[in-house]
Amino acid sequence: MSNEAAIHTDVHTHDSHGHHDDHAHHEHKQHFITKYIFSQDHKIISRQFLITGIFWAIVGGLMSVFFRLQLGFPEQTFKVLTMFLGDWAHGGKMDPEMYYGLITIHGTVLVFFVLTGGLSGTFANFLIPLQIGARDMASPFLNMLSYWFFAIAGVIMFSSLFITTGPASGGWTTYPPLSALKEASMGSGLGMDLWLVSMALFVVSSLLGGLNYIVTILNMRTKGMSMTRLPLTIWALLFTAILGVLSFPVLLSAAVLLLFDRHAGTSFYLSEIYVAGKALPNVGGSPILYQHLFWFLGHPEVYIIMLPAMGMASEILATHSRKPIFGYFAMILSLIGITLLAFLVWAHHMFVTGMSPFLGGVFVLLTLLIAIPSAVKVFNWLTTIWKGNIRFTVGMCFALGFVSLFISGGLTGLFLGNSALDIHLHDTYFVVAHFHIVMGISAFFGMFAGIYHWFPKMYGRFMNNTMGYIHFFITFVGSYVIFWPMHYEGVAGMPRRYYDFSNWESFKQFGELNQMISIAAIIVFIAQLFFVFNYFVSIWKGKKVTDPNPWQSNTLEWTTPIKPGHGNWDGEIPEVHRWAYDYKDDGNGGDFIPQHIPLKEGEESH
Amino acid sequence: MSGLMLVFLVVLIFVVLYQVARSSEMVAQIQGEQQFDKKRNKILGFSMLILMIAFFVGIVWCHEYMLPLMGPEAASNHGVQYDFMFKVTLWVTGIVFVLTQVLLFWFCFKYQRNGDKAPVFFAHSNKLELIWTTVPAIAMAVLVAIGLKAWFTMTGEAPKGAMQIEIVGKQFNWISRYPGPDGELGKKYFLNINDKDNLLGQDWTDKRNMDDIIIPNGELRLVKDVPVELIIGSRDVIHDVGLSHFRMKMDAVPGITSRIWFTPTITTAEMKRKTGNENFVYELSCDQMCGKGHYSMRAVVVVETQAEHDKWLKEQKSYYVQNHPEEFPAEAPIVAPVDSSKKITMNK
Ligand code: HEM
Ligand SMILES: [Cu+2]
Ligand SMILES: [Cu+2]
Repeated sequence: MSNEAAIHTDVHTHDSHGHHDDHAHHEHKQHFITKYIFSQDHKIISRQFLITGIFWAIVGGLMSVFFRLQLGFPEQTFKVLTMFLGDWAHGGKMDPEMYYGLITIHGTVLVFFVLTGGLSGTFANFLIPLQIGARDMASPFLNMLSYWFFAIAGVIMFSSLFITTGPASGGWTTYPPLSALKEASMGSGLGMDLWLVSMALFVVSSLLGGLNYIVTILNMRTKGMSMTRLPLTIWALLFTAILGVLSFPVLLSAAVLLLFDRHAGTSFYLSEIYVAGKALPNVGGSPILYQHLFWFLGHPEVYIIMLPAMGMASEILATHSRKPIFGYFAMILSLIGITLLAFLVWAHHMFVTGMSPFLGGVFVLLTLLIAIPSAVKVFNWLTTIWKGNIRFTVGMCFALGFVSLFISGGLTGLFLGNSALDIHLHDTYFVVAHFHIVMGISAFFGMFAGIYHWFPKMYGRFMNNTMGYIHFFITFVGSYVIFWPMHYEGVAGMPRRYYDFSNWESFKQFGELNQMISIAAIIVFIAQLFFVFNYFVSIWKGKKVTDPNPWQSNTLEWTTPIKPGHGNWDGEIPEVHRWAYDYKDDGNGGDFIPQHIPLKEGEESH
Repeated sequence: MSGLMLVFLVVLIFVVLYQVARSSEMVAQIQGEQQFDKKRNKILGFSMLILMIAFFVGIVWCHEYMLPLMGPEAASNHGVQYDFMFKVTLWVTGIVFVLTQVLLFWFCFKYQRNGDKAPVFFAHSNKLELIWTTVPAIAMAVLVAIGLKAWFTMTGEAPKGAMQIEIVGKQFNWISRYPGPDGELGKKYFLNINDKDNLLGQDWTDKRNMDDIIIPNGELRLVKDVPVELIIGSRDVIHDVGLSHFRMKMDAVPGITSRIWFTPTITTAEMKRKTGNENFVYELSCDQMCGKGHYSMRAVVVVETQAEHDKWLKEQKSYYVQNHPEEFPAEAPIVAPVDSSKKITMNK
């Protein structure tokens, strides 16, 4: 399954454009713009995704600080709000409309731009060619386009923050009719159009990326790299891409229909509405249709976010426990199970829309089924570190934290997936707690684990460890402090997407708690700036990598030069002789055998 | 200006920290990788143990703090079922939670690398994998079974003789409608809506509408131990009838009528006594994002005895009568449906 031939021509075409590679023989000077901006090197593109993702994470995080100020201190005023929000926060108090705009953009950018674009974009691009032994993606050009669509989507979303009617403000799910009628809310004006256009471009970006990832994984593996020798990162990224390719187009269609309803007078989602003093002519549509379309993407989306984190955690846990991943095939099977079931559970977000109770029952069953492969993964991770020789690198700490968070957040899914409980918990803070822990924070932990772990490969330097540990402990403790108590608020029925609770007899007793949560959120946010600082300073000032395989890892990326150029390997791509998890006695006192080392005589392949 | 100073200060702190952290790494280099690795694993392995203890102490502490703040017991028949199911699920997940988290942190501590253990090659075991596929599967089957049983009773047909009340959402308040003496809600259509004298768009050619009572602030008056069916609708965008004390919730979707039913089991007055809170009220909250006033979309639910309810009903005038007082001389009785229609024709 060699792709050597294809690659040679590939490298050639690049060369004729004056391409170059840091170490290799042909050292033409390449222009800054083609090298760092319109680059087709998957490693550069991955860094572009990562840095753009970091930008959006800061924006989204800062928004959460702002609206947490409102939630924690509804009576107080803050100069900083006026500084950033201007007229939207007259006298230091945020408008409800801005509050809703902020949570909407916060949710949208963190889910899509950071944990989908930023996470998959970074690690699929970086790891797929390096770990399967390919010189680049199947189509480096589409890959570049994928990034630029993502960037433009971001610019449009960002610009919606500055228009006079404000950004979209119907929640990240943007349910019509609210999002369809500009009479219904200020944010449903131009802001909503920009949101829809931005998401449409984002879908294009993710399709271009996803198709590329799938094709690359299936076709461009180096000699000897059979599917069953792939590291679990690659398996996870493969299923992530499949999920995306099959579900994102549905979101696109939802968005297009919504645009029609907004501007072309159609009634896909609208029926029998009286708003702002007049009855609208639309009849016959159904707002529920939108919810079906949205969640047909929306649910797979949470696995699009989770799977790369799972894959990286598997890889990192095995490497730093110096043990093979436990149950490699069970891990793959559970990925397959999760991928299939992810398409069959979407309506668990709609138990209280008045759907047929029978259908609801079917979705309960399917939803709880998905807990089984998830449980298998958790137990396999635990067995992986059992009797290991755990080396607490920063990446490993985050991977362990990921497991803890995934357990906590996954278990609360069993409450929400059971419709008779969801009928009370739906749209309360219990949901906020659940999805932040299982999807938001734990995927972030997977991402941090990946960044700390592969930073040496990306930049030829290490990130600062001590700062990394501080980052880890503050984030881990802080995340639980923020989100754990929210479960209780939700059990007490406290609704989400509320700007102020002080007029509610049933919910106002949580004022003090909300303050505490807000303070913790600010601390956690500052700890993330810590990370950002560490990241950028370490690019230039970090400790240099001297050993090409600093973690004594088995996978192929560590057989490349310390700073690989475009094309990744200087000479031939290594041939693969074994699976990725031979962490065992190598006969010379070492405890690992990389994939490119031939089997010893009498040694059984896994 | 002070903002700028603050930013400057933060950056300064970062730089100092980074430098300190870097020098600690220099020390590590001098010590030698192996020595450093061992020391680090020892410190971090131990930290993980402390983290676990802090985690569980924190959970207990949080629980103690929260318990007094939680709402009262469920106030409906379905709510009681909910509370039971919640407990079962909490036990199942709680056990798994404690087990897995303890193992995770304990393994971190126990199996830290200290340089003298040979690697263990343990790549899979069919037996183990089978166990942890089937045990969760059985647990899930149990949860699904009790869940569906509860779900189908909650969403089943309302019992015969249930009281019917319509509740309609609009930006940003609720409107409730009671069927009046004829016990039936009249037809409505959205094109008839106007905010002056036809809030819900009732069709006045349908005589059943004549005695319907509308409460424009959405107050719900329920009777203890009498099942109630809520007929739910919306005038504009999607809202949601959230009845947290009754553990019930249902979307209000324009163009679609949805329903829920339940039987309230504790009156407001009883609940005031139980909670010791003179200000206690049952509240109806809008639980689906509906625009800038979403957080203020509140209505009060009153659960009372049959006698109180009858008395209250008697005092209400039908919406039609309220808006067409000229058609009804003051001494006339509260309209009965048949009479009223006659009266209208007679008055003409
Ligand atoms: C310090 C970290 C964070 C804090 C303090 C925070 C806080 C919050 C809060 C309080 C809400 C609910 C607001 C409301 O319902 O009124 C919210 C909504 C949301 N957050 Fe976060 N969040 C954080 C990080 C994240 C991350 C990492 C994600 C990524 C998945 C995320 C995704 C969302 C989404 C999707 C919503 C729902 C928005 C909506 O209701 O439409 N958040 N966040
Ligand atoms: Cu879902
Ligand atoms: Cu509402």
